[in-house]
Amino acid sequence: MKRFLAFTIKEFRHILRDTRTLLILFGIPVVEIVIFGYVVTNEIRHVPVVILDKSKDVTTQKITDRILASPWFLEETKVKSEKEIHGLFKKGNVRLAVIFGPDFEKRLMTRGNVPVQVIADGSDPNAARLMVGYLNAIVLQAQKDLNKGMNTTGRLFIKTRMEFNPELKGAFMFVPGTIAMILMLISAMMTSISIAREKETGTMEAMLVSPLHPLQIIIGKVVPYVVIAFMDAVIIIALGGAIFGVPLKGSLFLLMGEVTLFIFLSLSLGIMFSTMSSTQMEAMFLSFFALLLPTVLLSGFIFPIEDMPVALQWFSALMPARWFIVILKSIMLKGAGFLYVWKETLILAGMTMVFLLVSIKKFTIRLE
Amino acid sequence: MIRIADVTKSFGENKALSEVSLDILDEELFVLIGPDGAGKSTLFRILVTLLLPDKGHVLIKGLDVVKDFWKIRKIMGYMPGTFSLYPDLTVEENLAFYARIFGMSLGENYPLIREVYEQIEPFKNRPAGKLSGGMKQKLALSCALIHRPEVLVLDEPTTGVDAASRKEFWQMLKKIQREGITVIVSTAYMDEASRGDRTCFLHKGKLLKAGTPEEIRESYPFPLYACRSKDNFALLKALRNEPSTASAMLYGKTIHYSPARNDFSVGTFLSDLEGTGNYGPIEYRKTTPSMEDSFAFLSKQ
Amino acid sequence: MDEQDQSISGGNTEHVVEAHDLTKRFGKFTAVNRISFEVCKGEVFGLLGANGAGKTTLIRMLCGLLRPTEGMARVVGYDVVHHPERVKFSIGYMSQQFSLYEDLTVAENIRFFGGIYGMKKKDLAQAGEEMIRKLRLEGIENRLISTLPLGWKQRIAFSIAVLHRPGLVFLDEPTSGVDPVTRRQFWEMILETAREGFTIIVTTHYMDEAEYCDRIAIMTHGNIAGLDSPENLQSQFNVSSMEDLFWKITRERETADSITGI
Repeated sequence: MKRFLAFTIKEFRHILRDTRTLLILFGIPVVEIVIFGYVVTNEIRHVPVVILDKSKDVTTQKITDRILASPWFLEETKVKSEKEIHGLFKKGNVRLAVIFGPDFEKRLMTRGNVPVQVIADGSDPNAARLMVGYLNAIVLQAQKDLNKGMNTTGRLFIKTRMEFNPELKGAFMFVPGTIAMILMLISAMMTSISIAREKETGTMEAMLVSPLHPLQIIIGKVVPYVVIAFMDAVIIIALGGAIFGVPLKGSLFLLMGEVTLFIFLSLSLGIMFSTMSSTQMEAMFLSFFALLLPTVLLSGFIFPIEDMPVALQWFSALMPARWFIVILKSIMLKGAGFLYVWKETLILAGMTMVFLLVSIKKFTIRLE
Repeated sequence: MIRIADVTKSFGENKALSEVSLDILDEELFVLIGPDGAGKSTLFRILVTLLLPDKGHVLIKGLDVVKDFWKIRKIMGYMPGTFSLYPDLTVEENLAFYARIFGMSLGENYPLIREVYEQIEPFKNRPAGKLSGGMKQKLALSCALIHRPEVLVLDEPTTGVDAASRKEFWQMLKKIQREGITVIVSTAYMDEASRGDRTCFLHKGKLLKAGTPEEIRESYPFPLYACRSKDNFALLKALRNEPSTASAMLYGKTIHYSPARNDFSVGTFLSDLEGTGNYGPIEYRKTTPSMEDSFAFLSKQ
Repeated sequence: MDEQDQSISGGNTEHVVEAHDLTKRFGKFTAVNRISFEVCKGEVFGLLGANGAGKTTLIRMLCGLLRPTEGMARVVGYDVVHHPERVKFSIGYMSQQFSLYEDLTVAENIRFFGGIYGMKKKDLAQAGEEMIRKLRLEGIENRLISTLPLGWKQRIAFSIAVLHRPGLVFLDEPTSGVDPVTRRQFWEMILETAREGFTIIVTTHYMDEAEYCDRIAIMTHGNIAGLDSPENLQSQFNVSSMEDLFWKITRERETADSITGI
């Protein structure tokens, strides 16, 4: 234990002494949050919708057909009440609900203005905006046809309500994404670089011939990064709340537990990468291209997974960040409890185990 | 004792060591000499349990480098070719760190390293990366010694160090040896070959010769003469053209020349040669072969 | 002014290097302290000294890479302060890593280095061919440098350093890490090149190599503590080997200096 402590203390010294890197470690999350909070562009396809038709007449059928014929929406399931819709949203099964009130057609003929009620998942605000926009276009088109055929003066309009994120704040989406990215960056990239640095300077050789066990070396290496990564996660959540008003609806305890799990996952990835690279340059490129880029592009952080080609969607399932972002969104924006995220948590835990096993196997007690 | 028996090691196509056998005695100062790429580092890494031999085996004080590597790592001190210091940690922090990972306090073995460490102590708060080459070398040596190993393995500790500092470094190694530590050093500098009790010469992965400096010098099989003339280059060419010549090489301002036979009359031969070219008078004297003469001869075989 | 300068002295002096009171200070630290010396044409000049004695700084000034704080030096007739670019064109340089590109072939290295020294295509092709023939490299021109043995690399690097027929060649620890036979062959090559009229300045940590030099300078603390032929220096300091000479100059004088407070 004393020897392990000596190693960890040394690791902290390395980090604290390198002020430039330290600045990056704590500066990046702040900059990222601000940048991603404001810059937004998105595109959606095949959004799972649920349609609650309390009228079941020709007009509602026509509108429904139109909605489902469009490339943007796919009917997920049928429901009988608003209550069920709420449950579906919470589980993340649907992202848009369309509700036709009772006697829809009749009211349209007699009373004029009739609302089509729309509930959208606002936790991804850009997607929500787009979904509602597309729906609006479809309904307007339907209106035109109706006016031609039935010669009514009745008008359709859309009444929108946002589930989870009523004000549609863009930053909401990016807080979980940024947390995932920063934790990945610090934990995976920094550990793999710092292990590779010891290989490069030859100190790893001296460590290996010492009576230190490889596990002591690995754990000693990662402890400081666990601390830093954790602090960064707290900074991001706090900043998100302070600047953009991102809520934390679920349990803080659960959130931090999941954050810790993800940090361990990233660390095990970093260790695995460091066993594959012998120079800092290699470690950096490996973590950047094999980790950071796919995490940013495929995790649903910037580009919605629904819009990707099927092959890439499958591939994105391999991205730990994808599952982590789902967990974060559920906890922070929907207030979901563990029962709603246990599947994703299990996936992350499984991945961690695999990476750890591989890296312990590959982190040899010798040079080959 | 350290027993290296028939050790062979390849990296892919490249045979780094082939059938190297060698015994190193306890408390000996042993020198492993050879050019870059001869296999010195590979052999050392096998000794310190960082690499596994493909064939053969190595016993260090009865411990097998493959099976008993945990025990061996506790009794070994190793200074890799790249000085193995943390450049961002200070001199003192580096030393304290190496002491602690072996489960020791700084004070425990301080007397052992005192003489070496005192020379760098004035800079103890300076980051190791900002030390000069000679000081880095001394710090690395202190770090490798701080747990009082029974065997100290130093991989090219003097590369790039000036002649005077190298001489001092060898004096330090002698003192460490006197503390009862087996010291094994590799070097590419021929002039260091005679500084140890025994030396071995490694060339292209093969052990060419091991022995005391005297034994190695005496192994040179021909008489050796130092010759010089007005035009050494022309003389060198002329000597090499003679079928009776075993070897002729420039050596500073002279030519080290060996006839192939022991009973060869060098005086008559050289005075005959004087008439054949524009060398002027040829001076010559018999000389004792240097370690380098022996190794040069061996590596040409 | 430039034209005149060149026509008077460009590349055609008996003294290839002339240094007068050459000084370099880094802050308060004096790395090179008022050094004056000459190197003659065709000479093999050895520069020895302890680590940190100022050898590297001196060489960098002579190569036009570092501006002297005081004093002046002319290298191949060019002033290192005013015409460092011309100095760079007139010298050849080979360092201990042999300064070749390992991932290029022999021929590509020749073309590249000839090119950066501004050799004309025809001259370069001719010089390259001659070099390949001289080193007996026919058939391996297209092999990567990284696949060649150390001794070959060393000879190729040296030949490339003299390819553009520089007025002065710097060899910075050219023999570190090679085997004894290769080392002696390499020195044969250096001396042979010097016989063709090349001037060579060489640094080394091998004391026996100093004996191949016509004259040597031993530096301590930014000064030249001794400068003469190896034989003369040995008798001047009353020692019998280069190693003792070096020890005497760098260590014993050092202690004497520190006692008298110089």
